[in-house]
Amino acid sequence: MTTPTSAGGSPADADATSSGLVLPGADAAAGGTTVPLAARGSGQLADIRRRFVRNRLAMVGLAIVTVLIVLAIIGPYVTPYDAFEQNLANTLQPPSADHWFGTDVLGRDLFSGIVYGCRLAILVGLLTVAFSLLIGLTLGAVAGFKGGAWDGIIARFIDVFLAFPPLVGAIVIVRAVGGGVTPVIVALVALGWMTTARLTRGQVLALREAEYVEAARSIGADNRRIVMRHVLPNAIAPVLVYAFTNIGVVIVAMASLSYLGIGVPPDVPEWGRLISQATPFLRVEGKAHLWLAPALAIAITTLGFAFVADGMRDSLDPKLRGGN
Amino acid sequence: MARDENAGAAATRAQHLLEVQDLRVHFQTGGGVVKAVDGVSWHVDAGETLAIVGESGSGKSVSAMTLLGLVPSPPATFPSGRVLLEGRSLLDMPDQQQRRLRGKDIAMIFQDPLTALNPVFRVGEQIAEMIRAHQSVGKSAAKSRAVELLAEVGIPDPRLRATQFPHEFSGGMRQRAMIAMALANDPKVLIADEPTTALDVTVQAQIMSLLEKLQAERDTAIVLITHDLGLVAAHADRIMVMYAGRVVEEGSNDEIFTAPRHAYTHGLLSSLTRMDHARPEKLEPIPGQPPNLARVPQGCAFHPRCPFATDACRAEVPLLVPTSPGAAHRHACVHPDEVAVAHERPREPAPVVTADTPVDERPPMLEVRELVKHFPIKVGTFVKRTVGEVKAVDGVTLDITEGSTLSLVGESGCGKSTAARAILRLHEPTSGTIELGGVDVTGLSQTKLRAARRDMQIVFQDPYASLNPRMTVRQILTEKYELLGGQVTSSTIPDLLETVGLAPEYADRYPHEFSGGQRQRVGIARAIALNPKFVVLDEPVSALDVSIQAQVLNLLEELQQEFGLTYLFIAHDLSVVRHISDRVAVMYLGGIVEIADRDALFERPHHPYTQALISAVPIPDPAVERSRERIVLTGDVPNPANPPSGCRFRTRCWKHLQLSDDDKRRCIEEPPTLQPASGSDRHQVSCHFAGEREVLRG
Repeated sequence: MTTPTSAGGSPADADATSSGLVLPGADAAAGGTTVPLAARGSGQLADIRRRFVRNRLAMVGLAIVTVLIVLAIIGPYVTPYDAFEQNLANTLQPPSADHWFGTDVLGRDLFSGIVYGCRLAILVGLLTVAFSLLIGLTLGAVAGFKGGAWDGIIARFIDVFLAFPPLVGAIVIVRAVGGGVTPVIVALVALGWMTTARLTRGQVLALREAEYVEAARSIGADNRRIVMRHVLPNAIAPVLVYAFTNIGVVIVAMASLSYLGIGVPPDVPEWGRLISQATPFLRVEGKAHLWLAPALAIAITTLGFAFVADGMRDSLDPKLRGGN
Repeated sequence: MARDENAGAAATRAQHLLEVQDLRVHFQTGGGVVKAVDGVSWHVDAGETLAIVGESGSGKSVSAMTLLGLVPSPPATFPSGRVLLEGRSLLDMPDQQQRRLRGKDIAMIFQDPLTALNPVFRVGEQIAEMIRAHQSVGKSAAKSRAVELLAEVGIPDPRLRATQFPHEFSGGMRQRAMIAMALANDPKVLIADEPTTALDVTVQAQIMSLLEKLQAERDTAIVLITHDLGLVAAHADRIMVMYAGRVVEEGSNDEIFTAPRHAYTHGLLSSLTRMDHARPEKLEPIPGQPPNLARVPQGCAFHPRCPFATDACRAEVPLLVPTSPGAAHRHACVHPDEVAVAHERPREPAPVVTADTPVDERPPMLEVRELVKHFPIKVGTFVKRTVGEVKAVDGVTLDITEGSTLSLVGESGCGKSTAARAILRLHEPTSGTIELGGVDVTGLSQTKLRAARRDMQIVFQDPYASLNPRMTVRQILTEKYELLGGQVTSSTIPDLLETVGLAPEYADRYPHEFSGGQRQRVGIARAIALNPKFVVLDEPVSALDVSIQAQVLNLLEELQQEFGLTYLFIAHDLSVVRHISDRVAVMYLGGIVEIADRDALFERPHHPYTQALISAVPIPDPAVERSRERIVLTGDVPNPANPPSGCRFRTRCWKHLQLSDDDKRRCIEEPPTLQPASGSDRHQVSCHFAGEREVLRG
């Protein structure tokens, strides 16, 4: 028996038109020498990481997200002032050495407020998306894998939730559950899981028929194992990318609710709330920092998560990248 | 150098209908420059068929697609090359003029007619559009011309068919429609890129005879791009063999098949399975696999896989030289004489299995009785109503003796794969019994069935789809031990990989890092782990290149001998079946029409369908092909939800047409049953009018 020789780093069939154009990890080894196994990364994850790292925008996004998360964790311990401490003798100050972003209507330090708002935004963003994923993945997987009546019932369930106008729905739910951060998360999860479920369902539906699923069944795997080890790991990539894109959307949604005075209590320096409080000063000269600081915070956060999501999508599936 | 031909040859050269000179197509990729086509020259004349042969990645398609402007640039670059159509240089023309010639003077037929036709337009409209793009004719005139063309390519009821959408056409019909579209402007050159690869052999025979008829009528030049050497032997005038973007040999059909001078051509021919050889020779596969085009080996690209390679082969790229001064048969091999000697040498006979008991006296390992699998056709969202059934498998009975191979053959949709899956209870059978080693598998509970899977395994057709892309080879193999019990020691996985001819250090790689043949070895390793008794091989080599097929077939045979495995081999490729089987069962529309020992079935087929099937498979030997008669079946396999009454094959049967009306009525009214043929119980045939007919040789 002949042992197949490995021609170069990637032994995949060199089909000039398809796989020939996508040669993961072949960058350094164009000389025609055989790449020793030890020099290679550990397969797919390494390839994905390499492609991600090479994507400049994704790295910028990752830097932003990292800074935001670090700020969210340690922020309140390192900020110069208590974000809630009012000083009515020192309101509406412009940025200065003492108060980097100036002070707001209530004389609170705006920088500390933005940092506290960051903690809220990250917390709500991540928790909402995590819970939406949990619900969406579960229901989507059941609908896609079980099919039949399960699929029908879950599909109708999704339709019902999609029928709510999001903003009105959120207001109703927050009002019904009560004030505070938790009702906001509940409302955003309740109105946000459906797309994840649909996406998962579609993926699972396609993968359920995959030959490797049949192969798993042929070696005695039961449904649970097939879903957990063979279907979901292959279905999850686009779902995760969508979830990551959605973090920014969730943060904007929470800011919108607070702007309208719903959810987070009035004295909490949430970004949307800060913008809402700055509204009377929109046209007042010298007070632009009041709304510019929270607006920029929202914009930068959303962009950061969007960059990372784009980078994830491109590195998970290089074929999806637009253009040549 | 290749250009030192005499003046006479140079003079005729100017008159070639289509000529490609020194074409190079390179792709810029992250992994370096992929030289898909690297200095290729060819020509084709009116009424002639040139076959471009090669494995995947050899550059055979890219070289032809370049002519039609179908290679996107970037990423492609064209460092050199001229294309002369009747002496005019195609690539130097302005774009607009090039476009006018494409589709008019040069037309193309693609491999997959489903994706090549636009699903949202009616077939007739698509053909009419093609006509109007190149000729100034009115809409209605173009439409009636489209109907004429459909009639010309043998589509029944063309007026109705022209108003239908591509999804309403069968695969063979779509390919006919594609041909009609290609012929719409009476092209001088027709490029057929694997025109029949996606089709069944009986439909392939229809399409190829249609192409030959049209060629004879219109004096069209055909460039046939294919990997199927049988097809080439039957239809080509001249052959060009490509490897890693270069031409390695070219010559007439007979020269290439009987006197190859390049080691690669010789290797390809040696690794072929031949349907017409009574005693299958041991296959001599080409070791290794085709090179990655971004890292083509120095010198002759074939040298790492070549048994004749010397330092001279590694030094520089050999040029195409004539076999004798002035000859049109040219090769790019440093060792043509050694190749010639090797090709004359008779091949090693297949190893004779010295079993204690002959195959036919051993006890059966698998006994299938009256297996039925019907799929209900359901409508409705919540409350499902059954409105009919697809009778995929309708009463299949067969035995496979211990350590032997039974092949189940038939066209797509005949139910062979479903039957195999029902036997393994991957699809729950509707009725019937299955006994494996004396144990009734049909009655086992889910828990017991899972345990019983230890003994019955399957190797899948598509090695790209049958391995979970997120698991390493080690995880894929270990999973079986986790599920079915069995100790995994540090040597288990390496041993298993070595058994199937893979290096143990591949264990921690992911499937996408392997070639198709290597993946199929992983699939085989998964199947044979824990020593099963019975393995279903579901078209295990049909997705692989010819040279790799032979490697995998040899491996399967070695494993069978070593571990005494019993195989159920599902296949549509009869050449491979002749090589690997002990017994063969032919299926048509859910039922077995003929079952016999291998040689009896191929040498003395009794059922008209078996005869048509065998006659439709081209044999890679032009001398044999010239004298063979082809039985061309009409039409397509009927819908298994609504099969014909009586004998299911009668609607396509060539014999039925020759019968008297009384006999015909018998076919229509009385379903035939399996009856012994030639007085032997081992050869059974299900036909009222069974009789021998020579179909293998002339």
